[in-house]
Amino acid sequence: MTTFQRTYRGAHAAAGPLLFLQHARRVALGERVVVRQEGQPDRRGQVIDAGEERTVIQLLDDPVGLAPHRVEVILTGEPVRTVVGRDLLGRAFSGHGAPVDGLPAPIGSTVRPVAGAPLNPVRRAKPSDFIETGVSAIDAMNTLVRGQKLPVFSGPGLPGLDLAARIVEGARAPHGEAFAVVFAAVGITARETQVFVDRIRASGAMARTVLYLNEASHPSVERLLAPRLALTAAEYLAFDAGMQVLVVVADMTHYCEALRELGTAREEVPGRRGYPGYMYTDLASLYERAGIVKGRPGSITLIPIVTMPDDDITHPIPDLTGYITEGQVVLSRELHRRGIDPPIDVLPSLSRLMNSGIGEKRTWRDHREWSDQLYASYARGREARSMAAIVGAGGLLPADRRALDFADAFEAAFIGQGTARRTIMETAEAGWRLLDALPREDLARLSDRAFQERQAARAAAPPEEPAP
Amino acid sequence: MSAARIVRVAGALVEARPMEGALYELAYVGTRRLLGEIVRQVGDTATIQVYEETNGLALGEPVDTAGTSLTAHLGPGLLGAVLDGTGRPLARLAEAGGDFIGEGVSAPTLDPGRRWAFTPAVAAGTQVRGGDVLGTVEETEGLTHAILVPPRTCGTVTAIAAGEYSCEDTLGTLDDGTPLRLAHRWPIRVPRPIAARLATRRPFVTGQRVFDLLFPVAEGGACAVPGGFGTGKTIIEQSLARFADADIIVYVGCGERGNEMTDVLTEFPALVDPRTGRPVMDRSVLIVNTSNMPVAAREASIYLGVTVAEYYRDQGRRVALMIDSTSRWAEALREMGARLQEMPGEEGYPTYLASRLSLFFERAAVARAQGAPEREGAVTIIGAISPPGGDFSEPVTQASLRVTGAMWALDASLAQQRHYPAVDWDSSFSLYADQVSPWFAEHAGRDWEEIRHYLIALLQRERELRDIASLVGPDALEDEDRFVMNVAWIIRDVLLRQSAFHPHDARSSIAKTYAMASAAVLAARTGRDALARGIPAARLDLQGVRHALSVLRDAPDDEVEVQAGRAVAAATGIASGVAR
Repeated sequence: MTTFQRTYRGAHAAAGPLLFLQHARRVALGERVVVRQEGQPDRRGQVIDAGEERTVIQLLDDPVGLAPHRVEVILTGEPVRTVVGRDLLGRAFSGHGAPVDGLPAPIGSTVRPVAGAPLNPVRRAKPSDFIETGVSAIDAMNTLVRGQKLPVFSGPGLPGLDLAARIVEGARAPHGEAFAVVFAAVGITARETQVFVDRIRASGAMARTVLYLNEASHPSVERLLAPRLALTAAEYLAFDAGMQVLVVVADMTHYCEALRELGTAREEVPGRRGYPGYMYTDLASLYERAGIVKGRPGSITLIPIVTMPDDDITHPIPDLTGYITEGQVVLSRELHRRGIDPPIDVLPSLSRLMNSGIGEKRTWRDHREWSDQLYASYARGREARSMAAIVGAGGLLPADRRALDFADAFEAAFIGQGTARRTIMETAEAGWRLLDALPREDLARLSDRAFQERQAARAAAPPEEPAP
Repeated sequence: MSAARIVRVAGALVEARPMEGALYELAYVGTRRLLGEIVRQVGDTATIQVYEETNGLALGEPVDTAGTSLTAHLGPGLLGAVLDGTGRPLARLAEAGGDFIGEGVSAPTLDPGRRWAFTPAVAAGTQVRGGDVLGTVEETEGLTHAILVPPRTCGTVTAIAAGEYSCEDTLGTLDDGTPLRLAHRWPIRVPRPIAARLATRRPFVTGQRVFDLLFPVAEGGACAVPGGFGTGKTIIEQSLARFADADIIVYVGCGERGNEMTDVLTEFPALVDPRTGRPVMDRSVLIVNTSNMPVAAREASIYLGVTVAEYYRDQGRRVALMIDSTSRWAEALREMGARLQEMPGEEGYPTYLASRLSLFFERAAVARAQGAPEREGAVTIIGAISPPGGDFSEPVTQASLRVTGAMWALDASLAQQRHYPAVDWDSSFSLYADQVSPWFAEHAGRDWEEIRHYLIALLQRERELRDIASLVGPDALEDEDRFVMNVAWIIRDVLLRQSAFHPHDARSSIAKTYAMASAAVLAARTGRDALARGIPAARLDLQGVRHALSVLRDAPDDEVEVQAGRAVAAATGIASGVAR
């Protein structure tokens, strides 16, 4: 990239979030642009297509009132960058990085390009540190580990952000260190933002939190920038300052819609449902910034919220997300309607890194088979439930009837833990109690050893009255 | 130095003028000399797809052509290497550029500082032609690497000497002055020449029961593995890389997750190849272009992979090439096509998607290599596919199925029940089964094919019964039907399910697979006979068989025989009430 600044008077055209410049010279891809117009605040932009005949600039601020023939376009000769540093903690910024908490702009430690660079795969460290979130459905069956990217697949009106807030409040790293939190609000309503921020404040985590807030009423082009600012800040905190960072981005659906808006404005050939063909690559450039780097103490754990349009998990946004992230936590409308809180459907949920985060010294030795058994029994119970809907519970085989009872109890007592936080051992006990009700022949996933040890433990310490 | 200058930068594509290049010719782009490939030439304007991050490239920067197309540097030192899609070793990139991949950092594929002890197999005066073995080096312990005369080269050796050479050194010459080296270059988009394509009779033994038993792939064949996210494609590809019976594994992580590649990178060096006792990494080449690395290099990565595979095939090796995933490659193609403003075909993919896939999958073969001595090698391709929304009607899956001989269809509902490998036995198929059944009959058991058909029919029957039961309730089924469902449940849950994490179950030897399958079939036959003789269903106890099969499944290889005997006893005893 050239290092000098050039100014052009007047642009050729403006359309939506795009500004077109003709015959600009030495323009670089990704170059930061300032668009100046008398009587209006400066607008920021970025070159997304550099050409001798036509250069396309994507504006990062609201284009309302922009008059292409009256602007002054300043090509800065540098990439879009942002200030990062420890002093960002406790601060709130807009979706383009300006302070919104009434305090002066942070001085920071350094300035970094927001686009980031791909982490060399041989320099990645394998994530394997268990994070106790306090949510049984996650800790027990879809274990989150440090450095993982695990999205919450929510639906309109489902409490996806509420679950993210619970994870932020409840997350404990293995050695008890507190997480630094970076939150990017992307196109969510002011009310949702407020509720989330209030909960962070109430949990006492605000002093170790950075907020980037692009609300529904803010310019949609900013939605492409806010998560990149958040991840750039997180990378500094994790890989330079050595902190364990939890990044929450809500809502990726709004992000993808902004991406589609930009693609259409550029008259690109659309892919599935009008989303750009490069959406997978674009989403990967965000999600893949989570992780751990060899030889550096910190980590980035990423929890994006994805609202599935019409609860459709095959919609391009959750679909492409699921192909990049290491699993997903899926919320169920049916469980939500039945008042089960949190309404996590464990069957389509998955944590791909679970195996490296559980077992002896991390959670407990038999975690894997115990969890497989819960899955198998619950899956069988759900199948029995749909069969019972047709033939009636009376037409079921005894084993299916037991599985059906198990599924009911599992949803009510295990998944539906309410707002209480459970330690991993409390979660284990809650699961064992449900399995205790089943005869040995229904517990094929449990090894003889694990089963007998459980029997011995029960005999040694008879459990108190079962929880209501 | 040419006078060409950048006139446009859009995503991974750069236009340069004035320039007269050839299609697929390499170009160095910008002052940092990023690597690129010419994909279109119109008038004096060349369009170049760039293999590195293009952010920061500016109009007016210079562009040079290299005069060659993108080549792979093939020689000793590939095994154990971790390369990006263009062949740069990632470890040396990290040494040069730090933890994050910067632009314009280059490193040769083969370490020029590493020396190999070369033993000649020919003497001065020998006439050689492309493919002849010049000599050997020991590449990793116990693995001999044949040094080949590059294809399309011939002459008389005027000098050749044993000694320690690096891949850049000259170890001999031909009469026309052509220097001979340990390594040579080959353009990745051009299949390496062979003497003849051979028919295959041998299966690609995977160590996964459901594949070996129900849907075998022939060595030199190609198989598509479509599955929505979370259905376990990656675990399958990794299990194959670890346990499949192949001399060499080439694993291409094409546009997939960084942390998953880390998993591969940490586990392969630690995993021991059961046949040689050496780390799996010693027989593997990893090519890694994660989803956030440049998209053009992702497009190139599968060609680099298959070229490396063909190179080892030409040495007489049986090579398995795993691609995870073909869809990401197709998407890279789509992304570049869209930027080139090409007229899109189905789902926005370029219309040449199918022909490119055909060309690629046809590079799988059993072949007699060119040159002397006579050698036979194979490249087997297993390509994972990530269909959007798990819908197999999409173009990449459909185009792949037309050119692969087998499909392992992965099913989301099986995965949700944690039934792995989540292979749907209804929609999966193999066209190779007949071809390889004589081999199984000889090496596993004479009734292999019969057992296979019995199992498929039983599973088919169970599917029908399940449909019926879901309408009328399982209570309304006949005794025999209910017995079939119970046996099928054991077959599904114990025989077809396999844990990738269990020390002895992760890889199932042919002997174990056969023992389990034949005991299960024996139990099914015994039970059906008993019912036919009027023995009440209540007296048929499958618990013993189930238990014996589970023990057999989890048994180490040296105990298979003993446990197989017990499983047979349990199977014959199901109607006698003494099974346990």
